[in-house]
Amino acid sequence: MDVLKKVPVREQDPKVRAGNFEEVCLGYNKEEAMEEASRCLNCKNAKCIKGCPVSINIPGFVEEVKAGNFEEAAKVIARSSALPAVCGRVCPQESQCEGQCIRGIKGEPVSIGKLERFVADWSRENGFVPEAPGSMNGKKVAVIGSGPAGLTCAGDLAKQGYEVTIFEALHEPGGVLLYGIPEFRLPKEGVVKPEIENVKKLGVKIETNVIIGKSVTIDQLLDEEGFDAVFIGSGAGLPMFMGIPGENANGVFSANEYLTRSNLMKAFRDDYDTPIAAGKKVAVVGGGNVAMDAARTALRLGADVHIVYRRSEAELPARAEEVHHAKEEGIIFDLLTNPTEILVDDSGWVKGMRCIRMELGEPDASGRRRPVPIEGSDFVIDVDTVIMSLGTSPNPLISSTTKGLEVNRRKCIVAEEDNGKTSKDGVFAGGDAVTGAATVILAMEAGRAGARGIHDYLSGKPEE
Amino acid sequence: MYKITKAEKLADKIYLMDVEAPRVARACQPGEFVIVKMDETGERIPLTICDYDRENGIVTIVFQIVGASTWKMASLKAGDSFRDFVGPLGRPSEFVHEDLEILKQKKMLFVAGGVGAAPVYPQVKWLRNHGIDADVIVGAKTKDLLILEDMMKEAAGNLYITTDDGSYMHKGMVTDVVKDLVQNQGKRYDVCVAIGPMIMMKFVSILTRELNIPTIVSMNPVMVDGTGMCGACRLTVGNEVKFACVDGPEFDGHLVDFDEAMKRQQMYKTEEGRAMLKLKEGDTHHGGCGHCGGDE
Repeated sequence: MDVLKKVPVREQDPKVRAGNFEEVCLGYNKEEAMEEASRCLNCKNAKCIKGCPVSINIPGFVEEVKAGNFEEAAKVIARSSALPAVCGRVCPQESQCEGQCIRGIKGEPVSIGKLERFVADWSRENGFVPEAPGSMNGKKVAVIGSGPAGLTCAGDLAKQGYEVTIFEALHEPGGVLLYGIPEFRLPKEGVVKPEIENVKKLGVKIETNVIIGKSVTIDQLLDEEGFDAVFIGSGAGLPMFMGIPGENANGVFSANEYLTRSNLMKAFRDDYDTPIAAGKKVAVVGGGNVAMDAARTALRLGADVHIVYRRSEAELPARAEEVHHAKEEGIIFDLLTNPTEILVDDSGWVKGMRCIRMELGEPDASGRRRPVPIEGSDFVIDVDTVIMSLGTSPNPLISSTTKGLEVNRRKCIVAEEDNGKTSKDGVFAGGDAVTGAATVILAMEAGRAGARGIHDYLSGKPEE
Repeated sequence: MYKITKAEKLADKIYLMDVEAPRVARACQPGEFVIVKMDETGERIPLTICDYDRENGIVTIVFQIVGASTWKMASLKAGDSFRDFVGPLGRPSEFVHEDLEILKQKKMLFVAGGVGAAPVYPQVKWLRNHGIDADVIVGAKTKDLLILEDMMKEAAGNLYITTDDGSYMHKGMVTDVVKDLVQNQGKRYDVCVAIGPMIMMKFVSILTRELNIPTIVSMNPVMVDGTGMCGACRLTVGNEVKFACVDGPEFDGHLVDFDEAMKRQQMYKTEEGRAMLKLKEGDTHHGGCGHCGGDE
């Protein structure tokens, strides 16, 4: 065994998986996990913990894996994370825990994400159930949104004896874990639902089909429905478009629509009624994780897929693993390329996309080199479908219907990072609704902070 | 689950149902809509709120069979349930928030086409409950397709009914009646609210622009989540892109790009769109195009 290298993880063959929605990464088995765990140096001053937004005791659980004590490992993780099977799959480990790993200096870091996933999957398969709270404290908390922020916040509060109700606008709980991240990266029945069930086993109630701000307002929850505090984890919001000609043609979708049709509404399955105009030649505009998800979904629905991104490969915001998987599956990357117009046929359908080549100039406000169009370099890509994956802008439904809730210039809810406190008494917030679109684990971190803030608030702790 | 307490066929392919949905019944206002999902595998379908009973927690919906999903829904009976029923969605009609005294000075004209009578009804009823009589034109293709006549008669100030084929009351299009009222009968209107098929709303808007009557239309584009998340319902209003679900569904009829909206709607509805969909969806095409009735 080469201690400088990760124990390789088994994956579905790219050619096979390009035609199915089964999970790409198959994960470690017991022996592989124990072998990988043995690469951990068990550092005294473990930097990986600092790299983890929810500060999982990583050397602690890895040590238990090494010894084959998987239940103990699960308990160590459960102290910090409510959704380990999810995080083991979708966290950007290379820039967090694994990015800090001392093993990574000379060789490859310990595969912390895959070990977390192994422990979570093992404990689910072996019926390990999180402990329900001993007694209720008689206080009621409403959590808005059942995505990673909301689930984490609800789970943390339930463990401390709060009576928690999650309100979800859609017909199923899970938020982005359900409608956004595809099956082949995060299985819904196998992984997402059991994690949500675990949160329910802590006593958390989930009411679906309730749109806060429309069905009922935050003020009504506090004044009429007897909630003592509210956590807003309502997620990212409205998809952005480029504002170029032809963008409202048939065959132009937001990544949110495309992914929601496929993931939440299960349009990829014959036995579900929702259709999806999958396309034969698809361009996905954007370079984030959502763009990769949309591209790989279109590929599985039978399309030839191009990713069109205005900067170069080094600036792609997506996780390295997603880019790698997308390339393996045959997705073509048109980098330093920016759309300028969508060409539309007489009946209103997309018939092509005009693009211009870009080059990188001086660094911009984000620190990344600014892409600048190269004059006269425009050309047409032959596509019948365009998926815009350009990020989101905040949904106004809650902020516009809640008295005294402050939003910032970008219309995101203003909340303190350490405790989720907003400008409104008893109301806390976190996740994409506060930061704009980010990652699952950052939303979980914010959910955890919100739970802390609510506990301090309701237990009458003086502010620090 | 959301129990159906009453199910009634109003006309060929048009159905009315009372549904137990206390949160929606408590919160909804004229102009807003709901999304229903019949069962586990069903589509999310945006539907008009026709009436509501806050005390008993009942919302009345009216829908027309336009595709496989609404065709399946039509078979539901009293005692059955919808798996999901969410709302209210969209923004209330503007007049709901207007100063009542100012509103009372205004003369309002409602133009309802076909199943559009259903969303017009709660608006007219709201006005009646606030002491305002509105004129209402209801148009239908033929007598048998006319719906909610008695309810509308009770709520409206003056009710004008027209059928395309002349099988009942006036013969002609709703636009003929608008023209007649304004040009021959000397009626003056401060606001027109037109709700019906897009083509009708387009022509009413063209006419009212000539007649100088500010006009509000209610758009019903393709939608998925209905909360602003997907952008499927986007349309162009005065050169700006708007989402019908969170910015609408009601917009200034003189600013809406109807031609674009109709093309977008065709995506799942016309023969052409269906053929295109079958082609583009490949194996994933299983209903929802408005014609094929699911797997053929």
